[in-house]
Amino acid sequence: MKMNKFVVLSVVAAFSLALTACGDDSSDETNSGPSNSIEATLGQSVLNNYADIVYASYSDSLTAAEAMDVAIDALIADPTPDTMNAAREAWLASREPYLQTEVYRFYEGPIDMEPGGPEGLLNAWPMDEAWVDYVRGDGGESQGIINKPDLYPEITADLLESLNEAEKDDNIATGYHAIEFLLWGQDDEDPFVSGAGKRPFTDYIADGSGTASNQTRRAQYLKVVSTMLIGHLTGLKAAWAPNANNYRASFVAQTPTAGVAKIMTGMIVLAGFETGGERVQAALASGGQEDEHSCFSDNTHRDMIQDVQGIQNVFLGTYGAVSGPGIKDLVAANDPALAARIETAIADALSAANRLPIPFDQAIASSNAEGRAIVENLVTQLRVANDALRDAFVFYGFEIPEDTLAFDEGA
Amino acid sequence: MRKRFIFSLIFCFLLGCASDTPEPLVDESQRYPGGDTTNPILLGVNAFIQPVDNLKQEHEEAFYSGNSFFTQAWVMSPASTTDRDGLGPFFNARACSSCHPKDGRGAPPEDEDGDFVALLLRLSVPGEGPHGAPKPHPVYGDQFQPSAIVDLIGEGIPSVQYEEIAGEYDDGTPYSLLKPTYGFKELNYGPIGDDTMISPRIAPQVIGMGLLDAIPTERLQALEDPNDTDGDQISGRLNMVWDDTEQALAPGRFGWKGDASTVRQQVAGAFAGDIGITSPVIPTTHCGENQDECASIEDGGSPEISERFFDFVVVYTSLVAVPYRRNWGDADVESGQAVFHQLGCDGCHTPRHVTGDHALEELSNQVIWPYTDLLLHDMGEGLADGRPVFLANGREWKTPPLWSLGLIPKVNKHSRYLHDGRARNLAEAILWHGGEAEASQKAFKSLSAEKRQQLLRFLESI
Repeated sequence: MKMNKFVVLSVVAAFSLALTACGDDSSDETNSGPSNSIEATLGQSVLNNYADIVYASYSDSLTAAEAMDVAIDALIADPTPDTMNAAREAWLASREPYLQTEVYRFYEGPIDMEPGGPEGLLNAWPMDEAWVDYVRGDGGESQGIINKPDLYPEITADLLESLNEAEKDDNIATGYHAIEFLLWGQDDEDPFVSGAGKRPFTDYIADGSGTASNQTRRAQYLKVVSTMLIGHLTGLKAAWAPNANNYRASFVAQTPTAGVAKIMTGMIVLAGFETGGERVQAALASGGQEDEHSCFSDNTHRDMIQDVQGIQNVFLGTYGAVSGPGIKDLVAANDPALAARIETAIADALSAANRLPIPFDQAIASSNAEGRAIVENLVTQLRVANDALRDAFVFYGFEIPEDTLAFDEGA
Repeated sequence: MRKRFIFSLIFCFLLGCASDTPEPLVDESQRYPGGDTTNPILLGVNAFIQPVDNLKQEHEEAFYSGNSFFTQAWVMSPASTTDRDGLGPFFNARACSSCHPKDGRGAPPEDEDGDFVALLLRLSVPGEGPHGAPKPHPVYGDQFQPSAIVDLIGEGIPSVQYEEIAGEYDDGTPYSLLKPTYGFKELNYGPIGDDTMISPRIAPQVIGMGLLDAIPTERLQALEDPNDTDGDQISGRLNMVWDDTEQALAPGRFGWKGDASTVRQQVAGAFAGDIGITSPVIPTTHCGENQDECASIEDGGSPEISERFFDFVVVYTSLVAVPYRRNWGDADVESGQAVFHQLGCDGCHTPRHVTGDHALEELSNQVIWPYTDLLLHDMGEGLADGRPVFLANGREWKTPPLWSLGLIPKVNKHSRYLHDGRARNLAEAILWHGGEAEASQKAFKSLSAEKRQQLLRFLESI
């Protein structure tokens, strides 16, 4: 009797193991078992192509940041309306490639691995302006690191790095938005009246005829954060460079399942939680300017567009000169209808982002029903895209593997 | 889904034949511990940030806006960010997510020199406060707040000392438990006094709270057995605590000693106590005797978080999803599940409930697997804090849910458990159990190493 039970139980146990080995998928209604696996050769090509896209977009971000640094040097050397404007234009240009890299977040890759990932030092948002420089309001003139030479006699990268996120989130002292704030100033007036921030170029004139105070320190601060930005982007580019002993090498060496799970995590969390939820929904809910992603420059619409563009790049496998297999090809190999659905959803979200009224803070203002409707539409399209991506994720029965990839920066 | 269900049925049927277990332990609904609300795709370090899977469109705004108020820092007044000012004057952290990173669990100080951020100290003096609450310390109030806004000094610096206590499993394998003793390195507003009661609290994960809110009270009452009439040595009882919204006593479902009745109450208490933010539920923050400058500080409006945004945060907190089971079908996990029941863990860590109707329909009528009875239990001398909270005496703690504890290492990069994070892993947490759980703890110690591992695999998977 015992013998028989043992035999039956072990057959049953073996069956159980076999089932789990096939992949823990929960969408038995569409497909089941091995047909949801990732074909090895195609999967490898997708990882390689993805790495190429990441490298190219971080490279472009670095190039644009270097151009911005040149413009910042020019502004500091000779503050005029023209040099101020040129620096602003350079900032706007630097955002275009960088926002497309946001889709590489959320799986603890080089951008946000803990500890050490520079995301919080590059693009954390929102920002507590009073931490960096003067703000309007009672006692506002003396706010900020710039205006506290007694507390912070020397403005250096080390100081700023230690202060940034010192008390978690919000106290942003470095990165794109700190530079943005230093170039544009606050945008806290009626969006329908005043547009973007109106920091005068004279905030950088140190010969006594300038505006505000501590103009030299302000210039110093601006230069330090620009240099830090370049440093971080240089590191990210190096982490993804081909033919090196770096993160990229371990990324393309992992199993296609593990790699694709990471790639899709970035897409899903960005589409659903981050852009759709945190940035658009929360901004709509408050109708408030502080919830507007790039509030000082009124450039938020470009943030949204390029965020979705980044998702599309990874889905299609294309960015600039890079072109190869993308997630679309993987999904299409098993379920062409699902692949088409995702492609359409992403394209619709991109169109919706392109229809956003400019500037964003007017669009989300509580009084602007028409603008808000268009923003709502972006939310809807992002939700559709997110749902479609999640269906693909579930389709493969993905989980992020136990260990994020080991990456020794010193190696 | 259907294939696996039939398979499990067969497997369970066979298991049933092979042992005396009256009903199958493995149940397909356990794969989705939050029912339809379960996060079905995990996403690694982001496993706890997802909204309930059945999130209704009409709640999306509240969820994402509420999330932004949860993750973004509060600033002092006055500020141009008027929606988010009013920090302090005293506080423990600037943002909910500082102590509940990624909706997960905070970590205690790494060593005796570490900072207390996610670990805070509750205070009280002998006697009863309003409505039977702990009586606050006249200066330091009912919670020690080390930080303060500019122009003010924080209340001081708390301290901890750790002592290793050696022990042995019955099979001779040694173990060590970390015993903390709490005190103060610095006190900036006068001495604390010898009869002040101090109790540590670590910030727990915030998943599944709405589901716990939705368990019918009658169900919890049915699980109570304060006089141990069934003679199983377990005598759980509901804490009855003051609810500021209802202006009445209500069952305490949240907090390590069940000191908060609803998600709403808990969120209001946390805003006021941890960040110094007033809300429609708790419209004042504490300034003690001897803290004169505190009382004259400008506030961020009245209340500092508006009713609309406060409601959003409550909805958000209620709708953070529980992730699905890991390692479903794994043989060790299923063996561990049997061990869990054999040891009697389910006497307090009640596996299953069915939620009732809830204002947030996503939470209504769900079969859930939180592994808690939400009742107070005497946990023995080792864990006692000596500080009563409403009906909870100095030896009682409320059974916390066990769901997703296995994901804390992935989400928060640590594995510190129990009310102050003293347990460095799940085994240590079990070993600290005493009082009503003493028999189970002894039985755990007497298990073979293999069975202990199986139990741990099970706990890591739920």
